[in-house]
Amino acid sequence: MFDQLASRARLARGGIQMMPSFSDPFEALFSLQRALDARLASDWMGTRTTAMGSYPPINIFQKGDDFVAVIELPGVEKSDLQIEAQENTIRVSGRKVINYGDGASMHRRERVSGVFDRTISVPIEIDPGGIQAEYRDGVLALFIPRAESQKPRTIKIK
Amino acid sequence: MASDQELQVQHKREVDKKPESTTPARRYLPVTDIFETQDALKVMLEMPGVDKDGIEVRVENDVLTIEGRVDFSKYQGLSPVYTEYNVGNYARSFQLSSKIDQERISADLQDGVITLVLPKAERAKPRKIKVG
Repeated sequence: MFDQLASRARLARGGIQMMPSFSDPFEALFSLQRALDARLASDWMGTRTTAMGSYPPINIFQKGDDFVAVIELPGVEKSDLQIEAQENTIRVSGRKVINYGDGASMHRRERVSGVFDRTISVPIEIDPGGIQAEYRDGVLALFIPRAESQKPRTIKIK
Repeated sequence: MASDQELQVQHKREVDKKPESTTPARRYLPVTDIFETQDALKVMLEMPGVDKDGIEVRVENDVLTIEGRVDFSKYQGLSPVYTEYNVGNYARSFQLSSKIDQERISADLQDGVITLVLPKAERAKPRKIKVG
């Protein structure tokens, strides 16, 4: 809790804070949900990504000059997940295995297993060699650095 | 046991607001499998983004309630440019039959999937009944 408050204060000083800080963390969650809703099916990707509805679902955020893609893959083991990057294209593929064990009788079956393969092309120049992936609790986060040549430069007036 | 069918996005279902929560944030129903083995009832719930500390499991009046809180502090400093899904805490309840040994319920978390093992009570295990 105090960590969160401290990091919130840090972010506020850095001036890159997205959400207003609420004393109640549930308020902050609500404002995150509204921010995500506002960008649902934004045209940022243009026609570069495959149709919506492809698995897995992807959210893309801007973080300073760089980007973060957050992908939900619950039940997929790290070893069953492949990530490739080339130019401005990122491919996420793998398989999701569900094992009920022997002699199980089903009461309710909502989870789905199978294979997936999704490629996204981001409408920015990125540094594919600099992409970092982190997978934890069924969520894959890809840190996508913008290409050095694309970073905004401050221009001095002579 | 993976079939090679292509995976499709399962859109998140929102929890019916009954009872209504005091906070405005939306909560979602975790996608759930329930199956029975010789000794136990097993419940597997998909709650991506929830870590061990964010899970609460309780049984009250034979109702099993599972809640998962996502650590959304990770989203601070990020501004969305393109989104396909929303994030929120998870909640779901199931009515248990009284056959469960409620004292020995255990839980395990792996890759965003929580597995609950609800052992059957001794008296609920099948036994032969003699006709007198």
